[in-house]
Amino acid sequence: MKNIWLIYRKELRSYFTSPIAYTIMALYALIFGFFFYSAVKYFQQVAMQAQAMGRGFPMNINEMIVRPVLMNTSVIGLFLIPMICMRLFAEEKRSGTIELLMTSPVRDIEVILGKWLAAVALYATILLVSAVNLTFLFTYGKPDWKPILIGYLGLVLQGGALLAIGTFLSTLTKNQIIAGVAGFCVSLLLWVLEWTTSFESTPTSKVLGYLSVVTHFEPFTKGVLDSKDVIFFVSAIFLGLFLTARSTESLRWRA
Amino acid sequence: MIKVEGLTKRYGRTLAVNNISFEVDKGQVVGFLGPNGAGKTTTMRVLTCFLPPTAGTARLAGYDVLEQPLEVKRHIGYLPETPPLYPEMEVAEYLTFVGRLKGVSGANIARRVDEVAGLCAIGDMRDKLIGKLSKGYRQRVGLAQAIIHNPDVLILDEPTAGLDPKQIIETRELIKDLAKAGAHTIILSTHILPEVEQTCERVIIINKGQLVATDTVENLTHRLRGSEAVAVEVESRDGKLDSAAAQRRLEQVAGVSRVVLKESKDERAMFEVESLQKAAIRGDLARAVVESGWNLNELRPLALSLEEIFLELTSAESATAAPAGGEK
Repeated sequence: MKNIWLIYRKELRSYFTSPIAYTIMALYALIFGFFFYSAVKYFQQVAMQAQAMGRGFPMNINEMIVRPVLMNTSVIGLFLIPMICMRLFAEEKRSGTIELLMTSPVRDIEVILGKWLAAVALYATILLVSAVNLTFLFTYGKPDWKPILIGYLGLVLQGGALLAIGTFLSTLTKNQIIAGVAGFCVSLLLWVLEWTTSFESTPTSKVLGYLSVVTHFEPFTKGVLDSKDVIFFVSAIFLGLFLTARSTESLRWRA
Repeated sequence: MIKVEGLTKRYGRTLAVNNISFEVDKGQVVGFLGPNGAGKTTTMRVLTCFLPPTAGTARLAGYDVLEQPLEVKRHIGYLPETPPLYPEMEVAEYLTFVGRLKGVSGANIARRVDEVAGLCAIGDMRDKLIGKLSKGYRQRVGLAQAIIHNPDVLILDEPTAGLDPKQIIETRELIKDLAKAGAHTIILSTHILPEVEQTCERVIIINKGQLVATDTVENLTHRLRGSEAVAVEVESRDGKLDSAAAQRRLEQVAGVSRVVLKESKDERAMFEVESLQKAAIRGDLARAVVESGWNLNELRPLALSLEEIFLELTSAESATAAPAGGEK
């Protein structure tokens, strides 16, 4: 436990002492801000039209603003996540510091967990930036806060899964760019797999659709907490970390 | 303290280390000498549990590198060829991180950081970013990192590589100081012969993955500095050979410093004869044997490979001593 904490602190510090964390946060704030602005604008327009036509029924902020914005955030994640985790092992391999970690009395799994947790913590911190925007909804409207929380839980779970896979990819190479691009491609693929269900309904497409992160993330945006989706993301996290562990072990044998 | 038996390491089809065995006692400073690509780094990586051996065993402080890697790692300090530093960390912060990782308790860590910073003369640099340090200081931080948890065994891979002459002298002094304290068993690798002469008690020479020689520095330099070793096989022409008499006769040859009986079998005996410096003895040896009425079966120069390596090592030193001589 102590070792996980040590590695976690070291990784998090290096995110925040280098420009990585701040750059990603700033870019995310910009992109999310734009999506949020468009969603609110659209909501406003629809609301005005509804009023002009004399139908003053209350419109659902959760349905019309929060949900699309959460969906957008999931897509932004596809870009951010590889950037967060591509360096985790690739950088240590390139600079030789991996030799320090692997000759210290620390288990591989402690190193992996420390690093992955730090990446998840950074990702969660970045998501907090978006929460600042959402607080404005509470100032001017009455959105339901529970679906929002569940939506964020979904974002963190999806982030955790993709970060675990990205961490694995980072152990495969010394080159951060390769790790990053591979991470992005895999994340994107896992996202668009869901499209197969829209153009055919063969067993293969059903399986592919089930493997897609969107299939399991979407219920969270509606505020639905389904155990099968949670289990999907948790198993993806386990798979990613397991592959990372095998890969770091084989580093020793391949050298 | 260190016991290596039949150590072999393959990378795919390349054989990096081939069946090496040696022992190092507690408190000894041993130089691991060999030209570039000899297998020094690979051997050290096996000793530090970074790489598993393909065959053979290695035990450090009584623990096997394959069976109890965590215990081994607790007892070693390791400075790889490139110091494993995080450029975005400050020196004291880095040493604290490594120390805690190596098992120094939270209560002792501040004191240990002060101690090693003092020992490695980096006290003034404590609050500097490692990325901003000069090469010499980085090397010292690397050394400080290796000794932070006061390990029994210290493994240093080319600790002076790439430093300027002044820094090289300082680093060697530092290693000598550590050795004097007596708490550490030290293995350091180098391809520079004088470095071994200055800092080590014993030398292990390897070349192309093979163990070539292991001896004290004095013996080795004595054997190497221009003297010659010859294997001589003497055979009696009639029945049993008096090997003691043959040995006495060989010792009388001018220029011979030492004669060792290697094996004797009834009518024949094998000797290893060493010459004084620059003495050519082979002709005299042959005549002495034949004139005494024995057959000379074999007369063969020994330890040629060692000489070759010696040449390579000495030439490596002059290359690095050249003004522009940064290596790698």
